[in-house]
Amino acid sequence: MATVSIRDVHKSFGDVEVIQGISMEIASGEFVVMVGPSGCGKSTLLRMIAGLETVTSGEIAIDGRVVNDLEPMERNIAMVFQNYALYPHMSVFDNMAYGLKISGLPKGKIASQVQWAAETLGLAQYLRRKPRELSGGQRQRVAMGRAIVREPTVFLFDEPLSNLDAKLRVQMRAELQMLHQRLRTTTLYVTHDQVEAMTLADRMLVMSMGRAEQIGPPAEVYSKPATTFVAGFIGSPPMNLIRGRVAPGAELLSEGGARVRLPRPIPELAGRDVLLGVRPEHLEVCDEASALLTPNIDFIELLGSDLLVYGQLDAAKADSRIAARLNVSSGAHKGPLPLRFDVANMHLFDPQTGKRI
Amino acid sequence: MATEKRAHFPAGWLPYALVAPQLAVTLVFFIWPAAQAIWQSLLVQDAFGINVRFVGLLNFRELFADPAYLESFQVTAIFSVLVTLSALLVSLLLAGCCDYVVRGARGYQVLLIWPYAVAPAVAAVLWTFIFNPSVGLVTYALRTAFGYDWNHMLYSGQAMTLIVIASAWKQISYNFLFFLAGMQAIPKSLLEGAAIDGAGPLRRFVTIVLPLISPTTFFLLVVNTVYAFFDTFGVVDASTHGGPVRSTEILVYKVYQDGFKAGDLGGSAAQSVVLMVIVIGLTIVQFRYIERRVQYT
Amino acid sequence: MIEHRPGLKIFCHVALLLGVATVAFPLWVAFVASTHTADRMLEIPLPLWPGTHLLDNYRTVLTQGVQGASTAPVGRMMLNSLVMALSISIGKIVISLLSAFAIVYFRFPLRMFFFWMIFITLMLPVEVRIFPTYKVVADLGMIDTYAGLTLPLIASATATFLFRQFFLTVPDELMEAARMDGAGPLRFLWDIVVPLSRTNIAALFVILFIYGWNQYLWPLLVTTQESMYTAVIGIKRMIPGGDAAVDWNLVMAAAMLAMLPPALVVVAMQELFVKGLVETEK
Repeated sequence: MATVSIRDVHKSFGDVEVIQGISMEIASGEFVVMVGPSGCGKSTLLRMIAGLETVTSGEIAIDGRVVNDLEPMERNIAMVFQNYALYPHMSVFDNMAYGLKISGLPKGKIASQVQWAAETLGLAQYLRRKPRELSGGQRQRVAMGRAIVREPTVFLFDEPLSNLDAKLRVQMRAELQMLHQRLRTTTLYVTHDQVEAMTLADRMLVMSMGRAEQIGPPAEVYSKPATTFVAGFIGSPPMNLIRGRVAPGAELLSEGGARVRLPRPIPELAGRDVLLGVRPEHLEVCDEASALLTPNIDFIELLGSDLLVYGQLDAAKADSRIAARLNVSSGAHKGPLPLRFDVANMHLFDPQTGKRI
Repeated sequence: MATEKRAHFPAGWLPYALVAPQLAVTLVFFIWPAAQAIWQSLLVQDAFGINVRFVGLLNFRELFADPAYLESFQVTAIFSVLVTLSALLVSLLLAGCCDYVVRGARGYQVLLIWPYAVAPAVAAVLWTFIFNPSVGLVTYALRTAFGYDWNHMLYSGQAMTLIVIASAWKQISYNFLFFLAGMQAIPKSLLEGAAIDGAGPLRRFVTIVLPLISPTTFFLLVVNTVYAFFDTFGVVDASTHGGPVRSTEILVYKVYQDGFKAGDLGGSAAQSVVLMVIVIGLTIVQFRYIERRVQYT
Repeated sequence: MIEHRPGLKIFCHVALLLGVATVAFPLWVAFVASTHTADRMLEIPLPLWPGTHLLDNYRTVLTQGVQGASTAPVGRMMLNSLVMALSISIGKIVISLLSAFAIVYFRFPLRMFFFWMIFITLMLPVEVRIFPTYKVVADLGMIDTYAGLTLPLIASATATFLFRQFFLTVPDELMEAARMDGAGPLRFLWDIVVPLSRTNIAALFVILFIYGWNQYLWPLLVTTQESMYTAVIGIKRMIPGGDAAVDWNLVMAAAMLAMLPPALVVVAMQELFVKGLVETEK
């Protein structure tokens, strides 16, 4: 298993810089998820590691060896594409055997390798079929089989589950995790789905517009987002961000005049403009006396055991919407609803830079 | 659809090697001769190529002043209009009928498309045989039933009729195929909606089908014209030889006659260049329109 | 759709049947003519039903040709046509496949230049450059050779464009996956691209075979010996001008033979033929 080093990598297409200096050290056997919205550059970064795109500046090293100028097949890696990219005219067996055939492995060895990979993924009885005869999930497995059969040192996944329906996605996620437990191969996984990222990753690289917003394990990214982007990207519904000025006496004066009490005073920031962040799932209904904020709820969605309530914090300010995820039995209702949250779940960001304070 | 591919191999000597064969043939047999033709059209030389003079556009001026050439232009224009119109109209009718009757459509299709496989020259031989002044079947029928004397060796109108029939006969199957494909590509829902609104088959054909296949129609118009101009050499050579008295001497036939039989290389080259310009014009029209056509679909 | 217009339906069927009849008429006439004796073919009115000399006529024509018609036996000419048609179709397909692959899957300097050069050939049908091309072929000593018959017709823009268009629809990931598997360009071409292009190749083959078989002007110029004539040329030469009596039965038999292979190809591969036509003209 190999380590992967990304050292200050930049990538430009003509005049447009799409990757603006990303660095990360990935340990052997680690499952790293590169997550971000469409166009943030995560696929480009993955393709540079794969050797399908050139590196404009910076270095990429696999197992200590700089691979910037190496062909994909020289890097000892394997890739699973979003559209599976199976060779339509070849059987499942031939699809998986193709890379081995090219590398000159003897026929017997190829057969046993393919057999092993097929069994690992539950494909043994489909070996003679053509891709068009398989379902989406099966095709995805063949694509993975093609990747693992060469026993590479690094796996690259480019949004592999995007084309599957929701139920299948959940199932495949579990299978991916189990596969990783078994093989322990260093894995780089690209997705725009933050749920996939949170559940699969050992560590996450959250990207936006070619930049690394935060690198860290899922728990850290969730509980200590480094920027407002990360705060808004991870978690659904996204974190509530209230803009206002810190007033003396543990209060926040929002721009439209609404008052929000803070769980603890922050004298060091007195008089400063900040963004107060609280996740919807950390808001609780309480009595009026202990309420820290009282938005006017106008919209409620029932999700089984949870309620999503939406309301206006500040009557004067049109975009001061608050969302809260509450239990069905919490007594949430339309109209003014007293809410509170814990100190531990309070986040403060600088409104200018978006960075965590 | 993209006109470029994102995925590509690193360049090297390989792409050049792959393009080389086509390039070689293109250069040797297309570009070089075409350049030669243009060059020769600016010269006057005798049949042995001994006395060669550069004369600029003299050949062209003489060409356009030559009544025989202008007549050939006229003949070609009439010929191509007749062939195109008749081939298009007949094939449109047949395609419309075939699209309307669902039963047997397959069979009709097979039976109507095979003339495409016949060479224009062979088509001409067949039709000339049928219209043969002495033994032709149709000649006989015309004589006995109408007292009409058919001899395309003597009457230029008949000669033109003959080559038009022989040329159009072939093209009908080609046009039919395209028209049918175009008609079958029309979403059924459009026609069904019109039927519910009370439009009968004829009205549906005129107000819906015809406009929607107009890209195909235009395309076929261009293709048929090109066919009439260039692919019909064999028809003329196998039936009327440009006669009687040059009344069926289409442009492409004239090039051959003047060059090979009469040995006028400069004039014939000039004619080739004129034909080149016509082809280029038609091709540009075709591609310009095809591009716009793609935007419809 | 339920529509009760029997009148219109009948009209359509009648029109179609008339169309089929008109289209089939020359073929029928030729077939009938090819089954009678030469003498019968000079008595008017000519017969409308087949005679009994089918085998005799075809055998004569294939092995001996037509008397006094300055052509070789039709069998020989059909062979020439076959060689020519096969060489042209196979040659065009191979050359165009390679060029299209290079243009689509590589970025190299002069790429667009090559592309436009090939495009120009679309505007230069052989009829427009006959004499200079003839001279080139003559200078290369290729008159009366198979090479001379086929090479000038082998570079084709339409086939290249067809392949190019098709290659552009092949997903990029396929090539990337192949690269990850370690395939170089030629391997990718042979193992992946060519198998995927099978239908296009077959469809093109039909069109190009017919094109090659039915060539007239070019073989007319480039062949001077009877033994090199193609079938299509031969038919025409069997009809000397003027009033000389023609063995119509034999000529028609030869015509039937000349029409046979392309017609067979069209009918047998009708699906591919239609697809090929529609695709090449896009």
